[in-house]
Amino acid sequence: MSLHPILAALRKHKAGVVLIALQIALTLAIVCNAVFIIYSRVEKVNRPTGIDESNLLLITQQWVGAPSMDTPAGVQQLDSMLRQDLDTLRRMPDVMSVSSITSLPLLNSSWVGGVSLTPGAQTPGKNDIHTAMYFGDDQMVGTLGLQMVEGRNFNASEITNKGMRDQTEPSIVIVTQDLAKRLFPHGSAVGKVVYFDGGNAPSTIIGVVKRMQTPAVGWGDNFTWYSTLMPTRINATFSRYIVRTRPGQLDAVAHHVATALYNSNPLRVIDDDDGIKRFSDIRADAYRADIGMAVLMGVVCLILLAVTAAGIVGLTSFWVGQRHRQIGVRRALGARKIDILHYFQLENLMIAGAGALIGIALAVGLNRLLMSKFEMDSMPVYYVLVGLAVVMLLGQVAVFVPARRASNVPPVVATRSV
Amino acid sequence: MFAYYLRLGWRSLRRNPLLTALMVFAIGVGVAASATTFAVFHAASGNPLPDKSAQLFVPQIDIWGPASRSAGRDLPDALSYPDAMALMRDHKAARQTAIYPMASTAIPQDPTREPFAVNGYAAYADFFPMFEAPFLYGNGWNASQDEAHAGVVVISRALNQQLFGGANSVGRTIRLDDHDYRVVGVLDEWNPRPRFYDVNNSDGFSDPPDFFVPFTRAIDLQTETNGNSNCYGSAGRDAGWKGWIQSDCVWVSFWAELPNRAAVTAYHDYLMAYASEQQRVGRFHWAPFVQLHDLMQWLDYEKVVPPETRISMLLSLGFLLVCLVNTVGLLLAKFMRRAAEIGVRRALGASRREIWLQYLAEALMIGVAGGVVGLVLTGVGMLGIGLVFDPDIARLARMSPSVIGLTLLTAVVTTLAAALYPTWRAARVQPAWQLKAN
Repeated sequence: MSLHPILAALRKHKAGVVLIALQIALTLAIVCNAVFIIYSRVEKVNRPTGIDESNLLLITQQWVGAPSMDTPAGVQQLDSMLRQDLDTLRRMPDVMSVSSITSLPLLNSSWVGGVSLTPGAQTPGKNDIHTAMYFGDDQMVGTLGLQMVEGRNFNASEITNKGMRDQTEPSIVIVTQDLAKRLFPHGSAVGKVVYFDGGNAPSTIIGVVKRMQTPAVGWGDNFTWYSTLMPTRINATFSRYIVRTRPGQLDAVAHHVATALYNSNPLRVIDDDDGIKRFSDIRADAYRADIGMAVLMGVVCLILLAVTAAGIVGLTSFWVGQRHRQIGVRRALGARKIDILHYFQLENLMIAGAGALIGIALAVGLNRLLMSKFEMDSMPVYYVLVGLAVVMLLGQVAVFVPARRASNVPPVVATRSV
Repeated sequence: MFAYYLRLGWRSLRRNPLLTALMVFAIGVGVAASATTFAVFHAASGNPLPDKSAQLFVPQIDIWGPASRSAGRDLPDALSYPDAMALMRDHKAARQTAIYPMASTAIPQDPTREPFAVNGYAAYADFFPMFEAPFLYGNGWNASQDEAHAGVVVISRALNQQLFGGANSVGRTIRLDDHDYRVVGVLDEWNPRPRFYDVNNSDGFSDPPDFFVPFTRAIDLQTETNGNSNCYGSAGRDAGWKGWIQSDCVWVSFWAELPNRAAVTAYHDYLMAYASEQQRVGRFHWAPFVQLHDLMQWLDYEKVVPPETRISMLLSLGFLLVCLVNTVGLLLAKFMRRAAEIGVRRALGASRREIWLQYLAEALMIGVAGGVVGLVLTGVGMLGIGLVFDPDIARLARMSPSVIGLTLLTAVVTTLAAALYPTWRAARVQPAWQLKAN
């Protein structure tokens, strides 16, 4: 079939053609970017934190009338209260293991410091490496289900305690594999010495865990996998415990844990909302905005595609109605039904193709805009190509119904009302 | 005549219910998407203190030097304790206050009731008049009580309800942690959104604070900050509380009220002089660098409006644009299909203006219907925004009269804008040509 008659006919409907093409262009631009946003969010939400997330419970509580954490006597008193809690929790039924802890991946309450290969780096510069620190005891690695890839875990005799403001650095630490590689790109990190927060006291790396995300949500993207485990119970006016329960007993333990702690020491406050949290809740809170954004974008895409398809159906139906007699004439002159169908399909393909070309430019432009304003990544080319295929297909599906109706126009129409 | 056009429009729209429904729905969806995201955007980016925001300023001082910024950090968004105290002592602004958030345990006097967690702020006397906090009973404390490190407290209406059943509690005593405080004032409902004076510590949309105590008293009692503390390169400080408050760790928010331009300039000069002095005495090893943001600039600086809100606002505007283009196309199809009818009317003496008005009336009806559909969908959207945005922000976005008005107005205005070209085309139909064609 020659394209010439189609082009000639389109010239008579400039406005309609431009409108459909424009609509397809805008749809392509928005849908590509929206799908890319969905993909980025889903990818972010799905990445594992490195801990075994099932059956984990985090307890945060505040002491009432706590002694000072700045005097040695006060610190020891706080520590004995904390150890009493650990003991209480470990004796609860269905509890597998317990550790004191200062934060968790995705909790967004973090203790971030600098780590360096040289002592006394007072004013850190560009090469300063940030790391999120997790303070806990010898049960921390096991309770979190971290995977040791090198070296060994802390043992019970190596665990110390200190007041929250005490700046003493521990003599041994465990780091994540990513941090180990960053610090020691060549060879093993185990047995090597590092310095934290510009201090002069050396800390020896005794073990490397495969992966552990930092608590940061929405910031700190440059050190997401740089975590350090410290063999220290932190004594402060509040304390945190991580509890691993037997499979299926998470709810039962969550239900009884506050009572058990209050019974052992009533001088405390456990917040009703945030005091006892399942890890699944921590994850949901951390990624709520990301998941919501993905859902919103998905809904926007679907409605947008539907509106565009409806627009094509509407305008093509109008054209079919308008050319009713011409179609009859063509049929009378020997055109088959399939020829009429192909005519409208080809016409739509040309309009959609032109719109999609503009749409590609718009899609890339919108992506650039989002990159500059919202720290988004560059969209890979195949998004645009898939988007192109989708809108072309959408056009063909939308045009089919009116085109079918056109092909059913009987040749006899040509003979009427001349 | 216009009523007649409306009747004609109604008949025409009914003749083609599917196409009409499509247009109404497209407008409705586009408008609802925009209105919903706008409501969230508006809630998150509103001015919490419109009559005074231009007079309230946050100073920032470069205490870590350019090396810290090359490591990707900005100026610290709080002050260190020594700097905050120096600014309070110098008292160069009309009003000023240092602030930090604290978490405490309220211990009810009735021993049968369990202690519970409360949040509050340590602040200076100027805090209440500066931020126009409304009082239900009593007042804030005064400057001499700041100097006396007095054990006084201002409590929220909610805490007053919880502890005293809502009675006037001025003069009574409450126990926070291990210390007694005398109530000097009870605030009325007061929770500016965002809570601008604490956006460097929180997202600004969390639950309102329960109490306020004098800063000087909180420091005496060595009360921890419940907010961020940033200790860039201040390792090796002395141990304990003393080392903490003497350090270059930043954790104190600071606000100054500067009533006019001259005062702003003078305060900026003062900050520069302060930083130069610190350089002279050898504390800073770099050229003095300070910044002074007013309230709205500060909210922007602290990125209080979440990026999701802006992205979805942008995309929903694009969405509205597509719906608009769609409507233009459908209206054009609808109107041009009736070219013959227009030809007859024109031949019978109707002016172009009359035709134009007739079709505009029809478009207006679609716009209004689209607005109503949009309103319903906006209501659905409002229920769903808690899934997408921070629940603290989402609950601020409500079907307020302004949102309802905006939705309807947007629908009508966009439809009429979309109708401009199709109605113009309709009005330009040549009667002779149409009559001949039939």
